[in-house]
Amino acid sequence: MNELEDLNELVDLEALLAESQVDEVLDELETELIGLKPVKARVREIASLLLIERARKSLGLDGGSPSLHMSFTGNPGTGKTTVAMRMAQVLHRLGYARKGHLVAVTRDDLVGQYIGHTAPKTKDILKKAMGGVLFIDEAYYLYRPENERDYGQEAIEILLQVMETQRDDLVVVVAGYADRMETFFRSNPGLSSRIAHHLEFPDYSAEELELIAQRMLAQMQYRLSATGIAALREYIPLRMRRPHFANARSIRNALDRARLRQANRLFGQKSARLTRDQLMTIEGEDLRASRVFS
Amino acid sequence: MRITQGTFSFLPELTDKEIRAQVDYALSQGWAISVEYTDDPHPRNFYWEMWGNPMFDLKDGAGAMMEILACRKAHPKIYIRVNAFDSTRGFETTRLSFIVNRPAEEPGFALKRTETGGRNIQYTIESYAAQSPEGRRYS
Repeated sequence: MNELEDLNELVDLEALLAESQVDEVLDELETELIGLKPVKARVREIASLLLIERARKSLGLDGGSPSLHMSFTGNPGTGKTTVAMRMAQVLHRLGYARKGHLVAVTRDDLVGQYIGHTAPKTKDILKKAMGGVLFIDEAYYLYRPENERDYGQEAIEILLQVMETQRDDLVVVVAGYADRMETFFRSNPGLSSRIAHHLEFPDYSAEELELIAQRMLAQMQYRLSATGIAALREYIPLRMRRPHFANARSIRNALDRARLRQANRLFGQKSARLTRDQLMTIEGEDLRASRVFS
Repeated sequence: MRITQGTFSFLPELTDKEIRAQVDYALSQGWAISVEYTDDPHPRNFYWEMWGNPMFDLKDGAGAMMEILACRKAHPKIYIRVNAFDSTRGFETTRLSFIVNRPAEEPGFALKRTETGGRNIQYTIESYAAQSPEGRRYS
């Protein structure tokens, strides 16, 4: 009797899926994040791969643990950190990250200030991230070609070693702007070859940004009046053309400034009583006072 | 003579898997893991050398195991212990401490008797191993 020969052996994928509850996270990803079609598709693919891998393992087919390190490239404010957080949950549900927490770091957290300071610092962060996901934002700052004595290289080497030897313990996600990440990978082929999944985050369209704005406001328990909606619709394309446009982050900042103006307007009215509606509504004038319209 | 200090010291040596399970338990309690080593096994030697800083904010035992194994690689022939520190107000102390590495041969202790006034005897123990200079014990 050879178990491997039994090609008709069954595995209940539905049960595995239900048990992992990964569908919940994926559905949340689908509904809570607007746009990002290619990213969502890719996350779904990775989730299916891992699920199938688990099904295979339950039948004794071991393909070795898949490499899960990822790179997220995209312009600022396209949701890289948010997706990384979700990714950690997906991996946790599927049993590939034991704790499923996200440790978000930048160059400063990894690279030391003097000789011999970098290795312990990087190792410290790696130890904290074990069992979860290490998210390195703006990873290209680790590599500074103009200074050959830069300690960033040391951090990269330790990172590479752990990425290779402790694949089961840690998933590394490097993130940053697309063009600079490309140069970063080109000068660090070792890193790029250890990263299996490259996810590109597209910019949002004006319609998507409007939906995002509405959702952010709803989360902060505000709403737009009719004039507010009209103003937002005009505001977004104008803001998109301005320099330093950072997608959803710019929208969030714009909304924060609108809140400020709304508060100022309400305060300026000096009426003793404010209705709930007044406190919740952002009017067109709150948005129109923005620099973008001038 | 087998040194019996800390938790589990009357049990057979813990395997790495068992050490990991203890570390995971300590982390689940919110305790911080630290690794220490010494070549002076005297029971009153509380201050062992620190192998790096205590590891706060760990979520998973893998990181602590990495340090334990690294310490064992660097000091394969002397005593290594793992401590779990509870920072909760009111405790603020080590809650769990156990030996994870020991020399193959432990020569034990000599009992010294010193006669004092009135023919009283004062007893003290001294490790045979500690008679040679630090770093050259258990080689």
